[in-house]
Amino acid sequence: MAGLATSLGAGAATNSLSQMPDIDTLFLFGSNPTEGHPIVSLWLKKALRRGAKLIVGDPRKTWMAKRADVWLNLRPGSNIAMLNGLIHVILQNGWENRDFIAKRTEGFDELFAKVREYDPGRVEDLTGVPAEKIIEAARLYSHADKAMIVYGLGVTEHRTGTENAMAIANLALVCGQLGRPSTGIMALRGQNNVQGASDLGPLPATLPGYQPVSDEKVRSKFEQAWKVKISPKPGLKSVEMLDECKRGNFKGIFILGEDPAQTDPDLHHVRAALEATEFLVVQDIFHTETTRFADVILPGASFAEKDGTFTNGERRVQRVRKAIEPVAGMAEWQVLSRLSTLMGYQMHYNHPSEIMDEIAGLVPIYGGISYDRLKEKGIQWPCPTKDHPGTTTLYTDLFSRPGGLAKFVALDHKGPGEVPDEQYPFVLITGRIREHYNNGSMTRRCAGISEVVPEELLEISPEDADALQITDGGFVTVSSRRGEIRVKAKVTKRSQPGNVFLTFHHRDALTNILTSEYRDPITGTPEYKSCAVRIDRYTLA
Amino acid sequence: MGKKVTINGTQFTVEGDRTILDVCRESGIRVPTLCHDERLEPYGGCRLCLVEVKGIPRPLASCTTPVQDGMEIITESETLTRLRKMSLSLILSNHPNDCMCCEEAGACALQELAYEYDVDGRRFAGEVWDLPVREDNPFITYEPNKCILCARCTRICQEVVMADTIELTGRGFNTMPDTAYRGPRTLENCEFCGQCVSTCPTGALTDRKGRGKGRAPRMKKVKTTCSYCGTGCNFFLNVKDGRVVKVTSDYDAPVNRGNLCIKGRYGYDFIHSDERIKTPLIKKDGKFVEATWDEALGLVANRFTELIQKYGPDKVGGFSSSRCTNEENYLLAKWVRCAIGSNNVDNCARV
Repeated sequence: MAGLATSLGAGAATNSLSQMPDIDTLFLFGSNPTEGHPIVSLWLKKALRRGAKLIVGDPRKTWMAKRADVWLNLRPGSNIAMLNGLIHVILQNGWENRDFIAKRTEGFDELFAKVREYDPGRVEDLTGVPAEKIIEAARLYSHADKAMIVYGLGVTEHRTGTENAMAIANLALVCGQLGRPSTGIMALRGQNNVQGASDLGPLPATLPGYQPVSDEKVRSKFEQAWKVKISPKPGLKSVEMLDECKRGNFKGIFILGEDPAQTDPDLHHVRAALEATEFLVVQDIFHTETTRFADVILPGASFAEKDGTFTNGERRVQRVRKAIEPVAGMAEWQVLSRLSTLMGYQMHYNHPSEIMDEIAGLVPIYGGISYDRLKEKGIQWPCPTKDHPGTTTLYTDLFSRPGGLAKFVALDHKGPGEVPDEQYPFVLITGRIREHYNNGSMTRRCAGISEVVPEELLEISPEDADALQITDGGFVTVSSRRGEIRVKAKVTKRSQPGNVFLTFHHRDALTNILTSEYRDPITGTPEYKSCAVRIDRYTLA
Repeated sequence: MGKKVTINGTQFTVEGDRTILDVCRESGIRVPTLCHDERLEPYGGCRLCLVEVKGIPRPLASCTTPVQDGMEIITESETLTRLRKMSLSLILSNHPNDCMCCEEAGACALQELAYEYDVDGRRFAGEVWDLPVREDNPFITYEPNKCILCARCTRICQEVVMADTIELTGRGFNTMPDTAYRGPRTLENCEFCGQCVSTCPTGALTDRKGRGKGRAPRMKKVKTTCSYCGTGCNFFLNVKDGRVVKVTSDYDAPVNRGNLCIKGRYGYDFIHSDERIKTPLIKKDGKFVEATWDEALGLVANRFTELIQKYGPDKVGGFSSSRCTNEENYLLAKWVRCAIGSNNVDNCARV
């Protein structure tokens, strides 16, 4: 989300889900909503039923790709080349929105100079997508009255993830497809509360509400409220903390409800780091790969066992309500308060609503939010005051950057960190399927779900399966430079020749042993969407 | 310019294209329906929403009739009651009427209307369906005998989900919603989103996992937000005797309007899994030993304090979770800054 924040001001989706049915042209990029976000896909299907044009940028032949007017089946990791190519075509044909560029943006000349290098012929070479499809996609997007780009983790989970998001912003800005209902950029968030967790400050360089810790005014506001001195020095990102642990330079970590030992890439490294940590506390609802390394495990409370709020992908703050008592007696907010008090910093809250009131006093975008206003529909931030109704569409007048102008960022194609070669000839793409969720600790324990999808399957194209004499349901070994796993194969046209696909939901086939150590240098997001692997038929000796 | 209409003698101004039923519902005027669901296109199948419009010689289905300027509409009359009774009697003539052991009793639209209009299945005696209950998959129980052919299930599957798992199969008396070749539901043909169950007005389609665990009126319903992906769907957790036994749709939810996917609707068992961690655990000699909260938190506080004193606050930090609430994330950020004294706090999975 750092990408959108740089270009537009806020790292958040610009519009609302309920505006989706009125889209004229939908550009779905690196997102497979029918699997990853089924209810978002219902809104998008409504637009399709109304006759919206559909462009899909995805190396896999997804449900949406099959129904697309233009399917840009680009090579994994060639997003920037594709987006630069689209902008090139738009500018060459005079399809840009000159008025919008002049009044609401800055940095256009740099972008113009850069995208000139990306003519459709070169982009065809870089992405593998025929030039005529690129031109048609550019025409559909730029000519629409209301065009929306919906992107997912296929954009962000690359080493150029942040730049990918900026490239998307460039395209929308060139065409002025921003700042109106049903017109904008929707980033689909992977986890239920990624937005809220980013908003509320567990980030090393910002205090809650994206307020930089290096800013003295910001610090003094928080210091007054929290009655402590806050260090002006930005902290370490989670991946950096782990790196330091492995080197013996970092001593203690409290991990709240995460499972880096299964879901992070390059698992051998992560595990060595956790092993080396002097004191590790993990709070979770189940034993995970990560809890094995803990010195103390604290029981977590599921969402059914506590009051609170989640913020969804359209910035809507909504209530979570306690339905049953916490299984282990306490919810996380109670545990943290007690722990803090024991360590000498007093924290006392009778109810999470009091924490939200404190947040509202310190975080301007949540300024008008309190539990009594969240009863039915929730509120979309920014909501600065008690009488503010919330914001359904961002940037209708101004962008939230200094000066109110959006910024073009000139970007170059870099490609994925690891490319296929003779030894590892396939590109492994990882992702989710509809039935399961992340490390599977929840869904694998649900009757029925584990029954219909009991195991990991490697999706491979019929052409590649033939060449390797792999049959549907037969076992294969998938190996990369970092490790290998054994899974059953699913032969499907969803995979393009040269690409294979795995999820990461199953503990007995740890996909992230394979994934590469490349990360986005800005956000630290791992390159889950592309690494080189080889596939071998496995036969019982 | 708004259209002026009169409903039961009261005047309303209507903006935009609305059906008579839309206007009635928005104005709090109750019109009975069986085949209507706001998530679907108007269908006009059940004929219960009939209304009289002055100047038109026959009753009109309010769900499919657009409002026109100057309409004078009556939603309750002797004629309308007679017609509604007739429709209900015909539906009930081929219905098991076994409400005493039906899963849906108490939440069944047909049961409610039969009670309201005082009709039962005895008026028209004739052939009735006698088909077996189908439980060919883990999620959805299908009792075809209870189907009233409103086609809500097939329409939601085709119009909203676009999965085309089921459609109306057969002809005449043998018409019924079913899969292709009436085969079992599998992942090959069905998403198991349970949308069909959510829209079924009778006990024909029910959530298999919740069957026998308590009827609707006995449930404590708690409106909350889903904890899986970032869409933020709302639903009701149905709680009985301190256990979550079912999830039901929240039709007022701004994000999902009653729609849910397989995880939202059927992904709740983990809450009561035997494998939940139920007490704090402290590792002693490589093995985890159960501890009280006081012991565990005392130890954690002491060890972190020691580390901070020995190595400085910059060597200690916390990972927060995108799975936890806003309030908990805020508290973790505050804890690291105030109790530890560093800025080493981050979202672990940056996805």
